[in-house]
Amino acid sequence: MSTLDSKIPEGPLKDKWTNHKNNINLVNPANKRNIDVIVVGTGLAGGSATASLAELGYNVKAFCYQDSPRRAHSIAAQGGINAAKNYQGDGDSTYRLFYDTIKGGDYRSREANIYRLAEVSANIIDQCVAQGVPFARDYGGLLDNRSFGGVLVSRTFYAKGQTGQQLLLGAYSAMNRQIAKGKIQMFNRHEMLDVVKVDGKARGIIARNLVTGEITRHSAHAVVIASGGYGNVFFLSTNAMGSNATAAWKIHKKGAYFANPCYTQIHPTCIPVHGTQQSKLTLMSESLRNDGRIWVPAKLEDAKAIREGKLKPTALKEEDRDYYLERRYPSFGNLVPRDVASRAAKERCDAGFGVVDNETKEGVFLDFAAAIQRYGKEQAHIKGIHNPSAEEIKSLGEKVIESKYGNLFDMYMQITAENPYKTPMKIYPAVHYTMGGTWVDYNLMTTVPGLYSIGESNFSDHGANRLGASALMQGLADGYFILPYTIGDYLADDIRTGEISTDSPEFVEAEKEVKDAIDKLVNSNGTKSVDYYHKKLGLIMWNKVGMARTIEGLNEAIKEIAELREEFWNNVRVPGDANEMNQELEKAGRVADFLELGELFARDALERNESCGGHFREEYKTEEGEALRDDKDFAYVSAWEFTGKPSEAILHKEDLIFDNVELKTRSYK
Amino acid sequence: MSTEKGLNITLKVWRQKNAEAKGQLDTYEMEDVSPNNSFLEMLDILNDDLINKGDSPVAFDHDCREGICGSCSLHINGEPHGPGRRVTTCQLHMREFEDGETIYIEPFRAKAFPIIKDLIVDRSAFDRIQHAGGYVSVNTSGNTQDANAIPIEKENADKAFDAATCIGCGACVAACKNASASLFVSAKVSQFALLPQGQVEAKDRVLNMVKQAEEEGFGPCSNTGACEVECPKGISIENIARMNREFLSASLSK
Repeated sequence: MSTLDSKIPEGPLKDKWTNHKNNINLVNPANKRNIDVIVVGTGLAGGSATASLAELGYNVKAFCYQDSPRRAHSIAAQGGINAAKNYQGDGDSTYRLFYDTIKGGDYRSREANIYRLAEVSANIIDQCVAQGVPFARDYGGLLDNRSFGGVLVSRTFYAKGQTGQQLLLGAYSAMNRQIAKGKIQMFNRHEMLDVVKVDGKARGIIARNLVTGEITRHSAHAVVIASGGYGNVFFLSTNAMGSNATAAWKIHKKGAYFANPCYTQIHPTCIPVHGTQQSKLTLMSESLRNDGRIWVPAKLEDAKAIREGKLKPTALKEEDRDYYLERRYPSFGNLVPRDVASRAAKERCDAGFGVVDNETKEGVFLDFAAAIQRYGKEQAHIKGIHNPSAEEIKSLGEKVIESKYGNLFDMYMQITAENPYKTPMKIYPAVHYTMGGTWVDYNLMTTVPGLYSIGESNFSDHGANRLGASALMQGLADGYFILPYTIGDYLADDIRTGEISTDSPEFVEAEKEVKDAIDKLVNSNGTKSVDYYHKKLGLIMWNKVGMARTIEGLNEAIKEIAELREEFWNNVRVPGDANEMNQELEKAGRVADFLELGELFARDALERNESCGGHFREEYKTEEGEALRDDKDFAYVSAWEFTGKPSEAILHKEDLIFDNVELKTRSYK
Repeated sequence: MSTEKGLNITLKVWRQKNAEAKGQLDTYEMEDVSPNNSFLEMLDILNDDLINKGDSPVAFDHDCREGICGSCSLHINGEPHGPGRRVTTCQLHMREFEDGETIYIEPFRAKAFPIIKDLIVDRSAFDRIQHAGGYVSVNTSGNTQDANAIPIEKENADKAFDAATCIGCGACVAACKNASASLFVSAKVSQFALLPQGQVEAKDRVLNMVKQAEEEGFGPCSNTGACEVECPKGISIENIARMNREFLSASLSK
């Protein structure tokens, strides 16, 4: 039986958030000064929450593992941020953003949460501009927009290919103002290793100082987790090397349910894997699909010749190319949502049409030749050049492409040593984002009172697939505009509590557990490095719990991960000491958690007998190979309760109720 | 790609156990390094070897490995971020090096960036400079004016953006013979000086940020332009000129 109360307010969809704000408890400004809040993670969600809570008057303690809050991985987001401003007058609205997001998520998210997200989206742009975030503008001085996958309007605000950087630096600057005032106490190079519960409520954390190795206790009246996603369970992903699930997993083990772990976004346009020594994957922004055409050779022998370097892709005639997205999805073409584009690339490569000469032959072309021609002719026309030569057209077109995507093309050249102006880019899907995460109610509170989860670390808004440019929107919505209201409702009961002591038995016990786990790792004296186990786990995840999943593969994965975890604890080698800066020890703790999370992830995928969004089960597909949802039996959120081992986690179900949209088969044809 | 010939290289790496310990350059031989590996992947391989031998791996800062977080901070063959231009250490690839080459790897060197361990330095001075004024004082409210109510000339918006792309890595300081942070400070001062949102606090901002940089122990700017050459994001020294104008006019009117 479900124990989950999503606390969605009563009333019509469009009034829920306004009514809720009007009815929740507030904390008066004088009392806020006596209340402490801990925020773990300083990306878009954590950074914006930290700043906003401090502005309201709370004492905030913020933690990040990086040497500065400015380095959180939100900084790497390239393409943009969605907002229903309708500046382009192309028919956008709060409802349309809501509808696109719920459809894009394959009808596996909450109506009320998404409507609220769409509602506050416009405020985010206003707030960021007021902070001095330099979004792209047109010659009239007004804000520019572009289009992203899965939608038919231009609602994406951007700052070249560095939107995440600019938004994060905006949140960082808002934090700096409060740090200067002493309202935020910043703990850089600190990693949270456990949450502390007192009388069932989250009252603090145990953290490790990554410079000295010292284990420290920190108390607060509420704890906010904003530690991002768990994509690095695959080892290779577009996440940062340090991105980890430790904070999210530790709170799961202390009572926070973990929702929809199997919903993972595999991004279609990343630079393909080059070899076994590769450490991470690099994204090429979705915005490239505005102008790039995706194709593979239509004939197997041509694909082979290209892989072997005997045939140049530019030499292949139009009729010998298969623009498979345009062929299969004529109305959205190259701008289908990410899950659809990724699966289509896998389908072609599995059939032998891949173009990259690596072990798995995984790679397809992203070709700008047609766009260069189109822009070149347009420029020639504007400049009044009659009968331009082919060379002139090409040169003019390349300049336009450079102005739009120059930094991405440079990055591609740096990594691959190939020139994408002259030969098509090679791309392949890679793990990018995790829609699953800590279960939270409408107030963003987990199943532990006083413990919140925001941004990518919660599960709340993207269902089974996230649309492009929506992660930045959600992170900032949670941190700037949602949590600062909803947390007050909880803290209103704490105005007389006073400072929380860190000397209680609960803190002592939690600290001991953390120290014991660290001692076990540094004293294991095994023979294999942490990376050895991380890579092995990643291969299991990618091959058996990746883009296409089967009942056999998932069962094998569950068994293999459990065995690998056992071996890890018996045979890992962590050099150095616990009482010093020790990067191997940091990695070991994170991989130990991934080795548990991976198993729950596979169990969740096994339990969900349908295909939806980023979760694709081979057994559940249409005759044309599209995802086949089962709304009758699976229109729910899986929320897992930890009881000692991932294999013994208990599944709770939150039924998803759709009062405002009709569930349809998602079609982009 | 994997068929290209591997490189044999000699590494001279700065090893220092902690802030107090004395450091030295240690020598490591690497064989058959793929030219397609990134520089940091080459260090990953070195570290894996060291761990397997029971030695202590080389500590270095890195995170996104996409050239944007600003964590990586290696002084390679005498240059911050190595031989490439407009590239961070993490985006540098081994194909830039020759077979048989000796590569020197040191931490960024500056009094205001004390060494923590091996190749890791403490750049928190940069954060403190930002605390001194790197912001516009606006609270989160949901009631700020509509974003398009503040039109900004495209040229200024673009220049503000170019300045705002600073990743805070510290290469400018490491490249400067005076260990000046002028390029870093001027990037933030310029971003706000070019935007209407930044005008109200412009005077205090430039005075306070420059003062903080001095207090942190960064040296003065003597206009050699080395910072601009080594900056992985191509931040222009025009920003330093703009900061100096802002500083002068703020000093005169205070």
